[in-house]
Amino acid sequence: MTEEKVIHWFPACYVKDVPENGGVCVKYNTEQIALFWFTRRGEWYATQNECPHRNQMALSRGIIGTYQNEPKVACPFHKKTFSLVTGKCLSGDDCGNIKTYPVKVEGEVVYIGVEAVKEEQRERNEEY
Amino acid sequence: MKVVIIGNGMVGYKFCEKLTAKAPGRFQVTIFAEETRPAYDRVHLSEYFAGKTADDLSLAGTDWYQSRQVTLHLADPVQQIDRANKTVRSYSGIIEPYDFLIIATGSAAFVPSIPGVEKEGVFIYRTIEDLEMISAWARKVTTGAVIGGGLLGLEAAKALLDLGISQPHVIEFAPRLMPRQIDEAGSQLLCAKLEALGLVVHTSTNTAAILGNEHITGLQFADGTVLDTEMLVISAGIKPRDELARQCGLATGPRGGIVVNEQLQTSDPSIFAIGECALYKDMIYGLVAPGYEMAEVVATRLTGGEKYFTGFDMSTKLKLIGVDVASFGDPFISAPEARTVVFEDKLKGIYKRINVSADGKYLLGGILVGEAASYNMLLQTVKNKVLLPPNPEDLVLGARGGSADNNAGVAGLPDDAIICSCESITKGAICKAVEDGCENVDAVKKCTKAGTGCGGCAPMLKDLVAHTMKTQGKYVRNVLCEHFNYSRQELFDLVKIHQLKTFDEVLDKLGQGDGCELCKPPIASILASLWNEMILAKGNDTAQDSNDRFLANIQKGGTYSVVPRIPGGEITPEKLIIIGQIARKYNLYTKITGGQRIDMFGAHLVDLPHIWSELIAAGFESGHAYGKALRTVKSCVGSTWCRFGLHDSVSFAIRIEERYRGLRAPHKIKAAVSGCIRECAEAQSKDFGIIATEKGWNLYVCGNGGSKPQHAKLLATDIDEETCIKYIDRFLMFYIKTADPLTRTATWLNKMEGGIDYLRNVVVHDSLGIGEQLEAAMQDLVDNYKCEWKEAIENPEIRKRFTHFVNAPEEKDPTVVFEPMREQKRAREWK
Ligand code: SRM
Ligand SMILES: Cc1cc2nc3c(=O)[nH]c(=O)nc-3n(C[C@H](O)[C@H](O)[C@H](O)COP(=O)(O)OP(=O)(O)OC[C@H]3O[C@@H](n4cnc5c(N)ncnc54)[C@H](O)[C@@H]3O)c2cc1C
Ligand code: SF4
Ligand code: FES
Repeated sequence: MTEEKVIHWFPACYVKDVPENGGVCVKYNTEQIALFWFTRRGEWYATQNECPHRNQMALSRGIIGTYQNEPKVACPFHKKTFSLVTGKCLSGDDCGNIKTYPVKVEGEVVYIGVEAVKEEQRERNEEY
Repeated sequence: MKVVIIGNGMVGYKFCEKLTAKAPGRFQVTIFAEETRPAYDRVHLSEYFAGKTADDLSLAGTDWYQSRQVTLHLADPVQQIDRANKTVRSYSGIIEPYDFLIIATGSAAFVPSIPGVEKEGVFIYRTIEDLEMISAWARKVTTGAVIGGGLLGLEAAKALLDLGISQPHVIEFAPRLMPRQIDEAGSQLLCAKLEALGLVVHTSTNTAAILGNEHITGLQFADGTVLDTEMLVISAGIKPRDELARQCGLATGPRGGIVVNEQLQTSDPSIFAIGECALYKDMIYGLVAPGYEMAEVVATRLTGGEKYFTGFDMSTKLKLIGVDVASFGDPFISAPEARTVVFEDKLKGIYKRINVSADGKYLLGGILVGEAASYNMLLQTVKNKVLLPPNPEDLVLGARGGSADNNAGVAGLPDDAIICSCESITKGAICKAVEDGCENVDAVKKCTKAGTGCGGCAPMLKDLVAHTMKTQGKYVRNVLCEHFNYSRQELFDLVKIHQLKTFDEVLDKLGQGDGCELCKPPIASILASLWNEMILAKGNDTAQDSNDRFLANIQKGGTYSVVPRIPGGEITPEKLIIIGQIARKYNLYTKITGGQRIDMFGAHLVDLPHIWSELIAAGFESGHAYGKALRTVKSCVGSTWCRFGLHDSVSFAIRIEERYRGLRAPHKIKAAVSGCIRECAEAQSKDFGIIATEKGWNLYVCGNGGSKPQHAKLLATDIDEETCIKYIDRFLMFYIKTADPLTRTATWLNKMEGGIDYLRNVVVHDSLGIGEQLEAAMQDLVDNYKCEWKEAIENPEIRKRFTHFVNAPEEKDPTVVFEPMREQKRAREWK
């Protein structure tokens, strides 16, 4: 079986489901993905919902903003901040980086791109 | 050139960091480490019990070593040094040649030869593995003891307490605690403090045997008495790891340690020893700062520079929260060489001793117990031989006037004063960094590394930044962040003048960029204080702190707490029953809070609107436990029942709580009303407190509990209820208008020029002529009050945000796990 990495776009929600300049949590199989609508910048971002600092499922509830023009999210628990673009921890204490996902909007629907690693796994995902 | 380092502890790591930074690529560096993980922060090891992980403590990950082309062999100790062939041989058989060999093997716990030390349940306290074993064992037992009443022993005893051992025993051979740092009087006070924490201290006690078969069951002392205990941590001192040095014939001291000269060279010129294994002038330096200095000396020399180690100050501070103990310079020196000034307040638990040179000019050393805030300043005064003021007593009798004095303090230090002794960064270097544009503590930390070690110098860094900016003529304004070039007070006025109603409007008009977690919550709070509109409306929801956004406090695991308002702490049996029923229905943990009301914990986000609908239907409203807002007005039972009560404190507390409920402010506000001077409601520890007198009420303001308790100050005496409310209106609005974000009223007052007298002039004598305006602003807020939970559940747009998954709104977060505890539940411990 080939291990080609194909981006699989799944529909996450409608644009109006996401608060302006804020985030929501999207369920994808057993994954939790934080989806952010940075309305001020007209940008969408998606990252893992889990904060690596204390493994809390909370990033979607964090405040978003910028640090020297780099979009970031602050975890509600201890205010560690992460780049929404690269997933890098910006708090300078190496609490770990987070995974990011591509996002696209078509009409009113927001899609998040996940890596469909193996052929058979992709099929199962689509069944869901 | 090949450099081999034996030991990857704190000092070995620091040496590697310095060497590779000073001369990138010039040396081929190989490290042999005995431990299984790369160097970590041993100084903060005890924080492992407070939730820090091995990763949090790590000084650098393996990728760091790779990036500097350093070969790191973990779990592969060196077993032999062959000086003739200049090679070392490791446990796994690697034979590595060296041009320079650095021994940084640190020390091991010194274990006295007491029969029974090998039993299960007996531990030492040095590595992450030790701590893992201790916490695993502590889970199974309830009693414990520590041998050693020094810095480390006390830290270990506190750790046992935190692990759930009730009343751990501390056994010290010497007649006092911390015998190397403090004197008899200081030790007595310290004992009292530790006993209040829950430790049991035995001084002058000699352990003769450890009892038990396989595992420990008790200790037998030399006087024949026995103490039952199921675990024991030995931290009776350290023993330098000099075994390799002995084996290959390097000179070692009679009581251990590898003899070094002022270049840290051993008796073999190509071998150096640094850190806790090195013996310089008959002295082992068991602290990290001198070890770092040794690393600096050797790294400088190997890269062609010149630097010598000439001894190091051994001043230290005990790292137990709530127990301030410090000793600096020469703590014990006394007449005739020195004049000793002692200040003791047994009631408050404060003991301070300073030793001043016989001519009264210089500070030589001292001891602080119970209050060590001045430690850094005093230490610098000793180290830099700062000329003392005419009355050296002032040094211990406390600064009069607070921060102003501190600034005068840093200003008085010479440029070469070492501020951060872990990284040896001078005052000059820090001021230079500030001048070059590092205008806050974080920036200074990043560009100078100061404050990145033990962190003890952080308060001085802050003072230095403020001081340097002031001397540059820069007005130190507490601007919010990179997006707003205004202080909170300026923004408050501007937002009002421009009638701005949303965060985006404020940002467009007064700021730049896109906002962040530092400016959003304070501006959202200003908007709420000014207009009292529903805080989640108009897109302001995502500008709120997360707790405000969901109108509840987030808890470990991601669930929330629910705190209905219970004004004055008075509640009917019917309402108590309702709370019980709701908590049972939604499986919530219930607890009486320190604010005289009831908290229900562990609510899923999706359940919050349902829970609140039921509470509101039963007549409850939001308690704003999540907001920077009025929390509670505590009351004592007062004249309706109490035989001493002068007035009805409960009714007054309820009236006040209902007046100011929902009020948004720079920080939370707490209040209390006591029915007489016995003060059962603790009004003098609140942001405002009211105490009944024969003639009316006394109003106190700007008190604080929390980490830095401060008594409230008397603002007005014997006033009637209406006057009292008028003054509180003015006081609170003035605070809301002028305080920095996250500044409680106590801190606000401490920074206010003129202090309580100025505040009294503004509030009572209306010296600024704004009294009526403040009262009107408050009345406006009072008239516009609505319960925000009621609004949230009635507004479908807002209500629908209370879900975990946007695409599966009924589902709860499946990762939330509870554990049972005492017939209720608790959040699962996080890693
Ligand atoms: C629940 C409660 C403890 C309890 O089980 O009794 C509590 C719980 C918390 N307190 Fe407290 N405090 C509670 C009474 C107090 C008291 C006692 C009192 O109010 O009489 C104090 C000392 C008095 C004071 O504030 O001056 C207190 C001083 C603090 C502080 C330190 C404030 C300071 O100025 O130093 C914090 C930290 C902060 O606010 O920045 C804090 C912060 C917290 C936080 C919000 C920590 C957090 O961010 O999660 C806790 C929230 C738990 C929750 O979700 O409800 N809590 N806290 C008490 C709730 C009272 C209530 O009914 O609202
Ligand atoms: C709980 C605790 C709290 C402390 N608190 C403070 C404090 O508040 N302030 C302060 O200044 N100091 C404090 N210290 C002391 C401080 O940690 C030490 O001074 C510092 O770690 C010394 O560094 P080092 O590199 O010399 O030794 P270590 O950090 O002990 O490192 C030596 C390393 O060498 C390894 N090693 C030994 N032999 C070999 C071999 N043959 N081959 C390979 N590797 C070997 C050891 O396994 C160890 O990893 C504390 C210590 C402890 C345990
Ligand atoms: S003192 Fe307050 S903040 Fe600290 S753990 Fe207790 S409740 Fe939480
Ligand atoms: S859990 Fe996210 S910052 Fe601590």
